[in-house]
Amino acid sequence: MPAQPHNLSAHDPLVTLEDVSFARGARVIFDGVNIEIPRGRITAILGPSGGGKTTLLRLIGGQLAPAKGKVNVFGHDVQALNTADLFAMRRRIGMLFQSGALLTDLDVFENVAFPLREHTRLPESMIRTIVLMKLEVVGLRNARHLYPRELSGGMARRVALARAIALDPLMVLYDEPFAGQDPISMGILVRLIKKLNEALNLTSVIVSHDVIETASIADQMYLIADGKVVESGPPAAMKSSSTPAVAQFMKGLPDGPMPFHFPGVDYLTDLVDGVSS
Amino acid sequence: MKITRTMEIGVGFFVSLGLAALLMLALKVANLTSFGNSDGYRVLARFDNIGGLQERSAVKMGGVLIGRVTRIDYDSDSYRAVVEMQIDPRFREIPVDTAASIYTAGLLGEQYVNLDPGGDEEVLAEGSELEITQSAVIMERMLQEFLYSKTVKDENS
Amino acid sequence: MTDFFAAVGRRSLAIFERLGRGTLFLLQVCARLGFLFARPSLTLAQVWAVGVQSLVIIGVSGAFVGMVLGLQGYNTLVTFGTEESLGVVVAKSLCRELGPVLTALLFAGRAGSALTAEIGLMKATEQIPALEMMGVDPLRRLIVPRYVAGLISMPLLAMIFTAIGVLGGYFCGVGLLGVDEGAFWSQMQLHMALGTDIGNGVVVKSIVFGAVVTWIALFEGFDAVPTSEGVSQATTRTVVNSSLAVLALDFVLTGLMFD
Repeated sequence: MPAQPHNLSAHDPLVTLEDVSFARGARVIFDGVNIEIPRGRITAILGPSGGGKTTLLRLIGGQLAPAKGKVNVFGHDVQALNTADLFAMRRRIGMLFQSGALLTDLDVFENVAFPLREHTRLPESMIRTIVLMKLEVVGLRNARHLYPRELSGGMARRVALARAIALDPLMVLYDEPFAGQDPISMGILVRLIKKLNEALNLTSVIVSHDVIETASIADQMYLIADGKVVESGPPAAMKSSSTPAVAQFMKGLPDGPMPFHFPGVDYLTDLVDGVSS
Repeated sequence: MKITRTMEIGVGFFVSLGLAALLMLALKVANLTSFGNSDGYRVLARFDNIGGLQERSAVKMGGVLIGRVTRIDYDSDSYRAVVEMQIDPRFREIPVDTAASIYTAGLLGEQYVNLDPGGDEEVLAEGSELEITQSAVIMERMLQEFLYSKTVKDENS
Repeated sequence: MTDFFAAVGRRSLAIFERLGRGTLFLLQVCARLGFLFARPSLTLAQVWAVGVQSLVIIGVSGAFVGMVLGLQGYNTLVTFGTEESLGVVVAKSLCRELGPVLTALLFAGRAGSALTAEIGLMKATEQIPALEMMGVDPLRRLIVPRYVAGLISMPLLAMIFTAIGVLGGYFCGVGLLGVDEGAFWSQMQLHMALGTDIGNGVVVKSIVFGAVVTWIALFEGFDAVPTSEGVSQATTRTVVNSSLAVLALDFVLTGLMFD
């Protein structure tokens, strides 16, 4: 493990994607993407569903390798790390998966304690204290003996969030945290993400397609479509952008650069053909 | 998964059951106790023809299993098969003029060495050789002799 | 016409690719086997899940197979008047073939499919990527304990199956059909050799089968498409491929061992 977890100065971005390209089979997911994740801020990555946003998080975490370009995390090229260093890097990153991804055979307490047990040799009493503290932050301290199957979706995500911050990471990655949540859970998560980022001095990366919620807490946003970064900037600038693709996405317009009608035959021609044949 | 006491007991039970099964197989099925390897004393016998006798074939006296064939070799000096047997140390009183023959047991055709006790005072010891032997009955030979004797009888009558 | 050959070629390549991935998987698991000693409690838990929980089906099947052997063996031998050799028939068939092979097939169906489903489901619910992102090696923590548990459990189960089978044959032959008890055991003991019949037969075969079946089960789960449909396909593949592998290996091993 390199002596310092990162060789960055205070102003360097924690993560950079330099001209990254990635394809799955014949489908191009990213084509020359440049992204910078500044330290201590909340960065949102938006785009239509299936646009490869989860792939982006996998590239950052080193689970996937870019076909072209470099992914730098904490000042090191992810692909150049050996296995031990890669695992050490991952321990400084917390990740919240879309479904929570709690281990089903452990209860809430054990799930949050899991990274502590795996990576530290702290005594049991300390582990207990830390777990209770993290659970208190997400408001689920008294749910600690429940099992994942007994939790609602929103609660499972909150437990997963407690687990993600158990080791006090430098950065937390959120994979579609707001997808499919009721308004109350949504509100809770939005507030938690913002609060944690400030209180723990975190860097947060949110991958989402929920424009309103994300825009309310993000410091900076990237819009990715067709494998490229269409536009980036603070939420206010994005919302008032004149670029058609950005405007359609930010305002939720049904028709625009992404057409409403599936491309093909003209309507009148189709009807007429049907009658005469 | 939390390791409960039930699980530990269960796994322990499982492993001992498995080992008990192995023990049962070894003892009851293959009769492991019957002849430990270094017990018993070696005895030799030479035959013209051992027929279907194999290593581990039984050695019986009066129908009782007293040993096993341990080695079968061929002596190119005397042109005879050499059968090495291991006799259970419980049977120490076998006279040196005991006759060894090769019989067939039951319908499966398993062959074994049969010992008919002699009358000598001297008994077999480690490495002794049984002098009186009778080879196995070979079907083809019997048939040949039968046909030959029949032909002779026909000629003479 | 060329389409047909192209399809065959593609299929063969796919099979080779899978086999290659599977072998790589096995080698990676073997490289991490030392983890067994770092966290023995994980392996213990898996021996419980995989071995102890299969005891009932193995025990019951063993009893029935042994009894059927007793019945069928008697029916055949009595026509030759050699029903005294029933013990030999029961013991030899069980030790050399039926014990290890049937145990392996039952194990593949019960424990193997459960392993595949469990690992596949963990993949589908993102638990495996979660472990990776937490800096925990899923091969070490999940796969190695399960593989070792399979290696330990299969031989034990095979021995239990065989022993219960012999007792089942005894019960049927001697108890129900009137074969002489002394003849049953003495004939058996006369014709059974510890080294070949039990050693090579039950022990060696079951260890080999255990290694292969557990490998297939874990690989199929780990490699499954992370959807519910993918998991169910993987489970089916485990049972089918394990069964075929066991039967094919049995032929090879029998040829090598019992000449």
